[in-house]
Amino acid sequence: MTKFMLLMNMDGGNCDTPMLEWDKADMDAHMKYLGDHVERLRQSGELVEVNALSWPKHAKVVRSTGVSAPVLTDGPYAESKEILAGYTMVDVESEERALEIAAEQSAAPGPGGVPLEQPIEVRRLMESDGDLHDF
Amino acid sequence: MAISTTSDHADGPGHELEDLLRELTPQVLGAVVRWSGDFAAAEDAVQEALLAAATTWPRDGRPDSPKSWLIQTASRRLIDEVRQQQARRRREERAALREVPLGEVEEHDDTLRLLFLCCHPALTPASAIALTLRAVGGLTTAEIATAYLVPEATMAQRISRAKSKLKGASFELDTDPDRLRNVLHVLYLIFNEGYTSTSGPELHRSDLSSEAIRLTRAVRAQLPDDGQVTGLLALMLLTDARRAARTGKTGELIPLAEQDRSLWDRDQITEGVALAVEAFETPPLGEYQLQAAIAALHDEVDRAEDTDWPQILALYGLLEDLSGNPMVKLNRAIAAAMVDGPDAGLKLLEPLDEELAGHYRLDATRGHLYEMRGDNEAAAEHFRAAARGTTSLPERDYLMTKAASLS
Repeated sequence: MTKFMLLMNMDGGNCDTPMLEWDKADMDAHMKYLGDHVERLRQSGELVEVNALSWPKHAKVVRSTGVSAPVLTDGPYAESKEILAGYTMVDVESEERALEIAAEQSAAPGPGGVPLEQPIEVRRLMESDGDLHDF
Repeated sequence: MAISTTSDHADGPGHELEDLLRELTPQVLGAVVRWSGDFAAAEDAVQEALLAAATTWPRDGRPDSPKSWLIQTASRRLIDEVRQQQARRRREERAALREVPLGEVEEHDDTLRLLFLCCHPALTPASAIALTLRAVGGLTTAEIATAYLVPEATMAQRISRAKSKLKGASFELDTDPDRLRNVLHVLYLIFNEGYTSTSGPELHRSDLSSEAIRLTRAVRAQLPDDGQVTGLLALMLLTDARRAARTGKTGELIPLAEQDRSLWDRDQITEGVALAVEAFETPPLGEYQLQAAIAALHDEVDRAEDTDWPQILALYGLLEDLSGNPMVKLNRAIAAAMVDGPDAGLKLLEPLDEELAGHYRLDATRGHLYEMRGDNEAAAEHFRAAARGTTSLPERDYLMTKAASLS
């Protein structure tokens, strides 16, 4: 089994309307879709962790030399599409399975039930195991 | 029943009780499955009985026959469960009328039957591993989850899905050699999971290796004349014997040639070598026997430079014919380099460019062979490529350090 992190940015995919301006019915359908998806991952024994991150207004960036007081700035001020919105960690049989799960997330419905095609970044975790074989 | 952090269980009555319960688990479960005919329900009932034993025995004293006590307790729980279901569904009290088995059932060992069931081909390796550790190994779901670094709920879900997949599967021994091969493969995977874990926060995971050795011993007790089984046990012992030497103070990996061999476990090596010889003389020769023979040749010598590389090269040749595994070809190239020089090894790697395109171990092997050749620049380049390709943190650190030391 291999662990993968599925990263979702605050990128609306093919929908330009910010989620805060969606109709309630569309928002409910979107939330239900993602909630059901997580529940299926829980049932299949593949879910390790799922978390959403708070809005960027709560974010800080820290820089330090390790000697003088660290410099704090608000931010990040990257384009909102590049800001991490949440992540799902799964433990699955193969990379193919991780990609399949990401595709299901990406197809979450937006306004009018149209799939959002949100980009999901799939990253494999480094393992703490290691073996040099007979070198 | 926490997994201890050492393989030495001699310290204290808690460990003694833990060992006893784990040893009895497959026997008790076997008896209850046999009696009830329902693996999934029996497994739940035995887990409850084990928990009851772990809490009441230290307080009230150990029963005269621990095995009977466990079988009876588990059977009663099963009956209670069946009664509740029947009351709910208003079914006739068929199973509940059966008598509780006395516990002194026939003295045959059901370990093998249970292992065959838990390593059923219908299950994925991950499910088979989880079920084996719980049903045959007697570990709790929480312990297995900790060992595999996933939340307990995730592991519980995997176990329950595996059990429901086995509904209706036969408890009779299937003598198809593929089934035994499956069992040995699952044990090998459990062993490897423990062996390759590096020290640090996952220290407890190394206990999986001890558990795999214990279970493989149990299989060998039932099938003493099977060369594959003996070979696998030998391989595990000979590999595990080097455990203390394979990582340094900060968890960094130490290659075989640089290990402090005084840290190797001599008793395990003595036993492993004897078993490897026995397995090698028991045809047909399979992968485990050959790998055990190679491990024995490494473990037998006190100094890396005394290693019998011509023999190892010949054994890798046999292994390659048998498995065709490209990873075996890499090892054979290393052995060839030790016998005939680095160019011979590099030549053997050439046909692997297609088969293993971009695999970090091909880069790592080339790095070692170029280093042997004295071509440090090419070596460093291959080690850097390997460092980018691996998904293992300790391996990456080793490869980056190698590259840095050659630049």
